[in-house]
Amino acid sequence: MEKRNKTYVEDVNRGVYDIKNEVRYSYKSDKGLTPEIIKAISKEKNEPKWMTDFRLKSLEVYHKLDLPPWGPDLSELNMEDIVTYIRPDTKMNTSWDEVPEDIKKTFDSLGIPEAERAALAGVGAQYDSEVVYHSIREELTAQGVIYTDIETAIKEYEDIVKEYFMTCVPPKDHKFAALHGAVWSGGSFVYVPEGVNVDIPLQSYFRLNAPGAGQFEHTLIIVEKGASLHFIEGCSAPIHSVINIHAGCVELFVKEDASLRYSTIENWSRNMYNLNTKRAIVEKNGTIEWVSGSFGSKVSMLYPMSILRGERAKAEFTGITFAGKGQHLDTGTKVIHAAPHTSSNINTKSISKDGGIAIYRGAVKISKNANHSKSTVTCESLMLDSKSKSDTIPVIDIMNDKVDLGHEAKIGRISEEAIFYLMSRGISEEEAKAMIVRGFVEPITKELPLEYAVEMNNLINLELEGTIG
Amino acid sequence: MSNELLKINNLSAKVEDKEILKGINLEIKKGEIHVIMGPNGAGKSTLASILMSHPNYEITDGEIIYQGEIINNLSPDEKAKKGIFLSFQYPEEVPGLTVESFLRAAKSSVSNEQVRLMEFKKNLKEKMDLLKIGEDYAKRYLNVGFSGGEKKKNEILQMAMLEPTLSILDETDSGLDVDAVKIVSQGVKMLANNSNAFIIITHHKKILDYIKPDFVHVLIDGKIIKTSDASLADEIEIKGYEWLKI
Repeated sequence: MEKRNKTYVEDVNRGVYDIKNEVRYSYKSDKGLTPEIIKAISKEKNEPKWMTDFRLKSLEVYHKLDLPPWGPDLSELNMEDIVTYIRPDTKMNTSWDEVPEDIKKTFDSLGIPEAERAALAGVGAQYDSEVVYHSIREELTAQGVIYTDIETAIKEYEDIVKEYFMTCVPPKDHKFAALHGAVWSGGSFVYVPEGVNVDIPLQSYFRLNAPGAGQFEHTLIIVEKGASLHFIEGCSAPIHSVINIHAGCVELFVKEDASLRYSTIENWSRNMYNLNTKRAIVEKNGTIEWVSGSFGSKVSMLYPMSILRGERAKAEFTGITFAGKGQHLDTGTKVIHAAPHTSSNINTKSISKDGGIAIYRGAVKISKNANHSKSTVTCESLMLDSKSKSDTIPVIDIMNDKVDLGHEAKIGRISEEAIFYLMSRGISEEEAKAMIVRGFVEPITKELPLEYAVEMNNLINLELEGTIG
Repeated sequence: MSNELLKINNLSAKVEDKEILKGINLEIKKGEIHVIMGPNGAGKSTLASILMSHPNYEITDGEIIYQGEIINNLSPDEKAKKGIFLSFQYPEEVPGLTVESFLRAAKSSVSNEQVRLMEFKKNLKEKMDLLKIGEDYAKRYLNVGFSGGEKKKNEILQMAMLEPTLSILDETDSGLDVDAVKIVSQGVKMLANNSNAFIIITHHKKILDYIKPDFVHVLIDGKIIKTSDASLADEIEIKGYEWLKI
């Protein structure tokens, strides 16, 4: 019998998100992190030598780096207890009919095939460590758009992957970037050729089913000159009584005149340590738009970064974080203005409830040469009771005096008078609170893809009224 | 069935350990309009808040009997469902919640059934027209960016939509210009019938130019010290409140 440390987990019944399947796999690595385990993963994936070496080197870096001295407590996370690689007992399929029944059912209940039919130009679905389904519309393939998992990309587009892979987020960046470099598996590779506008979004969904496991998917997106893309990413996991870890890595390359919108909803269960790294490099006149929702997890540390490298490059960040009982969500965004006339617009909201902790941690850096750059940061926090905690930790580092900078932070509690007002119209206390919270997040909800807006509203209902809409 | 709607017996109440109401007695029958006047700080708004179960106010003595039932301990939403409505002196702003979706949720809740969308929209438009409220208000966030007058009209719109049995108007007329007071009064007249009643709390006589009350009560220092017909308001207009104090 495996001996596991029991973790105390706070969670509400989250309906479909908590559907647990029997863990079946065709390969599963041992717990912990050793060069042997890493070599075995690489061998299992049939990787070229450069990637095996890359993994081993990352592992060395991982062992050398310390945990971040700031932010949430990570002492409970013990990598010796984590299985880093679990290959489900299926291959990557191009038809849902080929996906094993229970896995297909899980994605069905998450609404993925339905969204695919209704509003997506391509879908990737990852289950534990590997992608089990992938599709892309033919007309996009005909225009040269590539959308596949990273494993396939290494085989078929090795030069491109080699040129970009973990150059935006190098393994030495921090301990979990190094961990990712060592054990990454699955994820998405998207390449949009020059001048191609992908009008309909692509979506990848990441589902971690196995207890005591890690998910380390890698997303590499290259949007070439004058091209555009909307990429959506969803993540979830059912609740377990042991620690799970998610340390994905997202690298986005937005070239001259290109634009990329990257929308994510992370709805992990509350036994999850979500230590995800996301970064974009934006060239001249390029635009990156982040829409980021962090709902689940026990602990999140997530600060998508935009490096505005070319003149007039632009970053927009819209974020929403919801921390309930037992959750510590430390989220925000970083922008580096590294060229003249670059601009950034950051707009975040957070909600904390039942002792949850929601912290905005962000940074805006304006380098010496970034004349006439502009940045606006607005953070709003709503605490639903006196047990919960919220704070804003913005770092502003300006090395140029020809800039335009605005920062506004508002932290407040839900208004008792407003609750009374709504209740005096026959609305129950729970529904009144939910209405106020839904109103508070409404400007963000508007930015989310429809199914995620619905998911967010359901979450609010669940948290505040105990019902699933 | 009895015509008696509300009976307040010896009601005392406090806020943060300060006794504000000191034994109020009041009887209201269906079909009646009551006006409560009094100087600032007399306890008028406290009475309104207590009747709607504001969480900061506490009943220390006496009882509120509504349609034969003691309702001292009912929550605001339970009272609303029983047909009690309070028009707020300072309505709250709720960003992100539109007037329309709020009203539909409220209407569904007080009528205990899901209100059909088309029917609701039609009803809302009619009431908005009557109160001379622009159509775009339905899509605006509740009270956000509304002027004082718009907020008060919005209160009357809510009253018109929810069709309460007992409406309490807490200084709905204060801070309004003559036209707005007219519209608010029209709203009351439009709704008033033999099966409902109104309590109009005011310290101006202006609204009484348009609404004829059955009773005027004077509330001073937490007690109703005089009750008479509409002529009492005229007297107060001329003499103030001093002569009423014992």
